[in-house]
Amino acid sequence: MQKITSVTGAAVPMKRSNVDTDQIIPAVFLKRVTRTGFEDALFANWRQDPEFVLNKPEFAHGGVLIAGPDFGTGSSREHAVWALRDFGFTAVLSPRFGDIFRSNAGKQGLLAGQITEAEVEHIWQMIDEDPGVQITVDLVERTASIGEYTISIGIDDYTRWRLLEGLDDIGLTLRDEARITEFESRRESWRPKTLPVK
Amino acid sequence: MNTAAKTATAPRTLAQKVWDDHVVVPGSDGAPDLIYIDLHLLHEVTSPQAFDGLRLANRPLRRPDLSIATEDHNTPTLEIHKPIADPVSRTQIDTLRANTAEYGVRLHSLGDIEQGIVHIIGPQLGLTQPGLTVVCGDSHTSTHGAFGAIAIGIGTSEVEHVMATQTLPLKPFKTMAINVEGALRPGVTAKDIILAVIAKIGTGGGQGYVLEYRGSAIRALSMEGRMTICNMSIEAGARAGMIAPDETTYRYLEGRAHAPAGQDWDDALAYWKTLPTDEGAVFDAEVFIDADELEPFVTWGTNPGQGVPLSEVVPDPSTIDDPNERSAAERALVYMDLEAGTPMKQIRVDTVFIGSCTNSRVEDLRAAAEIVKGHTKADNLRVMVVPGSARVRIEAEAEGIDKIFTDFGAEWRFAGCSMCLGMNPDQLAPGERCASTSNRNFEGRQGKGGRTHLVSPLVAAATAIRGTLSSPWDIEQDAAATETRNT
Ligand code: SF4
Repeated sequence: MQKITSVTGAAVPMKRSNVDTDQIIPAVFLKRVTRTGFEDALFANWRQDPEFVLNKPEFAHGGVLIAGPDFGTGSSREHAVWALRDFGFTAVLSPRFGDIFRSNAGKQGLLAGQITEAEVEHIWQMIDEDPGVQITVDLVERTASIGEYTISIGIDDYTRWRLLEGLDDIGLTLRDEARITEFESRRESWRPKTLPVK
Repeated sequence: MNTAAKTATAPRTLAQKVWDDHVVVPGSDGAPDLIYIDLHLLHEVTSPQAFDGLRLANRPLRRPDLSIATEDHNTPTLEIHKPIADPVSRTQIDTLRANTAEYGVRLHSLGDIEQGIVHIIGPQLGLTQPGLTVVCGDSHTSTHGAFGAIAIGIGTSEVEHVMATQTLPLKPFKTMAINVEGALRPGVTAKDIILAVIAKIGTGGGQGYVLEYRGSAIRALSMEGRMTICNMSIEAGARAGMIAPDETTYRYLEGRAHAPAGQDWDDALAYWKTLPTDEGAVFDAEVFIDADELEPFVTWGTNPGQGVPLSEVVPDPSTIDDPNERSAAERALVYMDLEAGTPMKQIRVDTVFIGSCTNSRVEDLRAAAEIVKGHTKADNLRVMVVPGSARVRIEAEAEGIDKIFTDFGAEWRFAGCSMCLGMNPDQLAPGERCASTSNRNFEGRQGKGGRTHLVSPLVAAATAIRGTLSSPWDIEQDAAATETRNT
């Protein structure tokens, strides 16, 4: 994974709460077996409305999504993160995230930062006044800023460290392989096995 | 979990005990604990990219003997002996078959008696047991918590992580007790309990928590009912739901294909009995629900928290204080094409779907069949019954349940996720309204432009008879009214 210290892009308003992952990427797009190329699938149903925010030229290349509370709830589909990333989003800021979405984002280098509802409202207002306004999310400082307006963002220490270092989880875990093997040697025999087939 | 309570002598919750027994490497300095995974369930949608990752890094799949795969999400429910018509779906299924063969993972393919929805087959095979950690690239993995396991849905990167290491780095969860005391009235089910819980705590209320469902109403439930409840924990924002194992759990498991036997059974049982939450253990949050008061519940909006008792009316968004919730409600009413103040029971539906990992076990089908027996479905209505697994289908057929449904005018399908998420041809048309026993009423979930009302199997059955959202109580009243007229 690539190291990330800060990202900058257009602040894109998502003026809704409870944007579930079925909206971020409808199930029909989950039939693919690849990990990239999901940009066309992002918010596919909503994008059919010409008024939808991503159809506006200033927001058509992604950036940093500023969303209402409970963003990314519902289905575990990591495709939601891939679609946001493929479309050009590097970060999402929201007062609350679906747990699995946030964890998936952390694995894929999409910054998911927590800010307050009041801050979301304020940024939406700034975008209304100046569509296309740029926002910088700084992972080192844990801040988001538009011009002079700077707020702190919530992101847990471990995810932040991994993103800053560009560390791959599996590689990290395999450093402890001896301890996994030792743990396995102590597992009780009653614990189920799927093989052989009974 | 709650680190303060981690010392061996302090009373612990069920979740804390299971967690503590799976820590391979404790996290320090804010790092997560490395947790061992006992059982990894796989299906075609969230696994191909993970297998690819494994292949690219040239890593083996560590424990094929703790992994099992099924085909469920985009398999057809008609003519399953024919090749899958949609080439993209077919590719995904073929990819799963090739991947599982290459890595030595057990797979139950379409046509196999153990094929079915991933959360139906784990318990059915006796693989889901108390005290385990269970994961799957699917959010409704929470279902398996009904046995007293920590069961969580994970993303594809995590699927790959489990394949490679049989572990996951996880941050401890907080614990929330959901106390449901009292006795359900006839006609009220586990589904109504969980819909009421979600309406109460909201779709974000469980975030960061493992929910433990407790109390006399939960103890009285069958394993099937408990699975329905744990299944929808994710709809309250929680990653997992749990119920302490008891005699009901042991009875369900004993004799199943992969349940322990002989000395192993005795050892397992002795361990399982240590799992229930200790007297005096402290939860981070508690919620209380009065089971006596519950009625059949139904959703009116586009998230599972937007629900009301069936006897009530479509709520008026202007009475909602929270501005986000208010605008969500306004948008939901537009999408659902509903007017505030309309009695829920006046809402006419086009389709009734009985299926999904929430409500497609034999007990669910039996309960719905009992209500529709001897009736004919309402005009201009389609009724689709999709058993959760091939084995459920066969068991139901042995009881004549299929016949009751087909006589009623319903379609009796083959097992799979089907219209729960409409990845296969089983979809709602734009504008079509559905009473569904599934778990998500999100916009377009059951087909683009489709409108979903989440209900119990009993409400689904009653609705299929009357054509409008109805409870089993309405059917009884109708029958009583007819009798009076006839005498
Ligand atoms: S039945 Fe629905 S909720 Fe359950 S696993 Fe299938 S798609 Fe997911």
